[in-house]
Amino acid sequence: MIDGPVQRWDEGALRALVPRVLAGLVRRGEDFDVAEDALQEALLEALRVWPDNPPRDPRAWLITVATRRLVDAHRSEVARRRREDTTYAEPRPVATEEGDDTLFLLFCCCHSDLAPTSQVALTLRAVGGLTTREIADAFYVPEATMAQRISRAKRTLRGRRLDQPGDLAVVLRVLYLIYTAGHAGRVDLAAEAIRLARQLTLATDEPEARGLLALMLLNHARLPARFDPEGRIVTLDRQDRGLWDTRQIAEGVRVLQSALAEERPGRYQVEAAIAALHDDAASAEETDWPQILAWYDDLVALTEDPVRQDPAAVLGRAVAVGHVLGAAAGLRETDRLREVIGDRHRWHAVRGHLHELAGDLPAAATAYAEAARLATNVAEHNHLIHQAARARASSA
Amino acid sequence: MPKYLLLKHYRGGPEQIRKVPPMDQWAPEDIEAHMAFLKHVTELLEENGEYVDAQGLTPARTWVRYGGPGAAPVITDGPLPETSDLVAGWWMIDVESHERAVELAAYVSSEPGPGGTPLYEWIDVREVMSVAPSED
Repeated sequence: MIDGPVQRWDEGALRALVPRVLAGLVRRGEDFDVAEDALQEALLEALRVWPDNPPRDPRAWLITVATRRLVDAHRSEVARRRREDTTYAEPRPVATEEGDDTLFLLFCCCHSDLAPTSQVALTLRAVGGLTTREIADAFYVPEATMAQRISRAKRTLRGRRLDQPGDLAVVLRVLYLIYTAGHAGRVDLAAEAIRLARQLTLATDEPEARGLLALMLLNHARLPARFDPEGRIVTLDRQDRGLWDTRQIAEGVRVLQSALAEERPGRYQVEAAIAALHDDAASAEETDWPQILAWYDDLVALTEDPVRQDPAAVLGRAVAVGHVLGAAAGLRETDRLREVIGDRHRWHAVRGHLHELAGDLPAAATAYAEAARLATNVAEHNHLIHQAARARASSA
Repeated sequence: MPKYLLLKHYRGGPEQIRKVPPMDQWAPEDIEAHMAFLKHVTELLEENGEYVDAQGLTPARTWVRYGGPGAAPVITDGPLPETSDLVAGWWMIDVESHERAVELAAYVSSEPGPGGTPLYEWIDVREVMSVAPSED
């Protein structure tokens, strides 16, 4: 976030202050967008001043300077709004816990009036403390585009009531979106999502928040094995399990167990349980497919019409069925989805996998080739072309 | 410095010199070599300070036009004649001259195909209109 001489000041510590200071200002009744602008200005001034004059209490310093900016902003429109400057002259002590501030800001940023792309951008900026440039880089758009997206989102929030508890399900979805946006850019969004989810679990006892954190940790643990040195995808069954991050797996399992103990299951907890079973297998052959299938049964039972409402879960279940009851049974499961997601690459990729499991390599090659044609991700496209060629070469 | 697009096509353009099957029917090691070469081209351009952008397009195409007042957009997504032009992707380069762009396009076209020998694929070289004042 910081370039130049201020590098000495711990970046993580500064970023951790952003949500706390911002939440304090918004709670005091400031408009979200005005407060965010004032805080950005205060941060710029901090970069200028702190190297020579480090503050004794960085948070109080930021609040004071941001408040001064707010006073200036209010003065300039004092004719329109006759507000008392004295209200802002002395910052009231912000006596809330760090976790509450994070949760409060997440509810603001994930407001249901905002489109998902805006929710993601605003969350990364206001809660994650990333710069507009960093967020733009992460999503491969010009900085001006991301700046505009953020300022439009902030304008949308103007005048909205932000003192009501928001929808935690939306917050969880936004964090998961950030996680899945991945690690391609200069900024590791997956690590950022994990950091935010960890903060969130300090603020709420909701087991799904812990389920989401566990799911991210248990998947992220496999990242070092997921690509070869050339950047090519390595599928789960071929990964070098020695590269998996055992520390993250242990933390994920611990977090998951504490969530499951609440006995209020939800999709993130169930998906985390499936990820944990994969992580737990010392080799692909030792994967506990019957137990994975049982969890998939739970997952599809969470929605009334899973084929339409949660085709991804039904597709995952089809793979598990293929491994437990045989490939033909798995393929029959995918048939039910043809109408819903038969035009998506993942449906064809799963069919390819199941055909391969059945030993029908020509059919696998055709399915993989069709999946490659539909894939929208470069690495996945290349991987599927390889799978098709491999299946065709082995069947010849 | 002029900018150029070096366009690769799924189909269209002059008749291909070498007829090859779709890539999923190549030998796995030939695909490997082909993709490694494309990656190498991007790295080479970056090293030379000539790289601007590289992107691939999915083959799915949708033609859209205004449907008139109050009407839904008109959409056509095929089937289109096999001869219609379909761009697969591009490199955008920033180079000294048209000659350099041609040289790089020819190099791209030497990419290995089945059997590891050059594909001789036609590359579409297009100059990007400049916002800088022209030199002549």
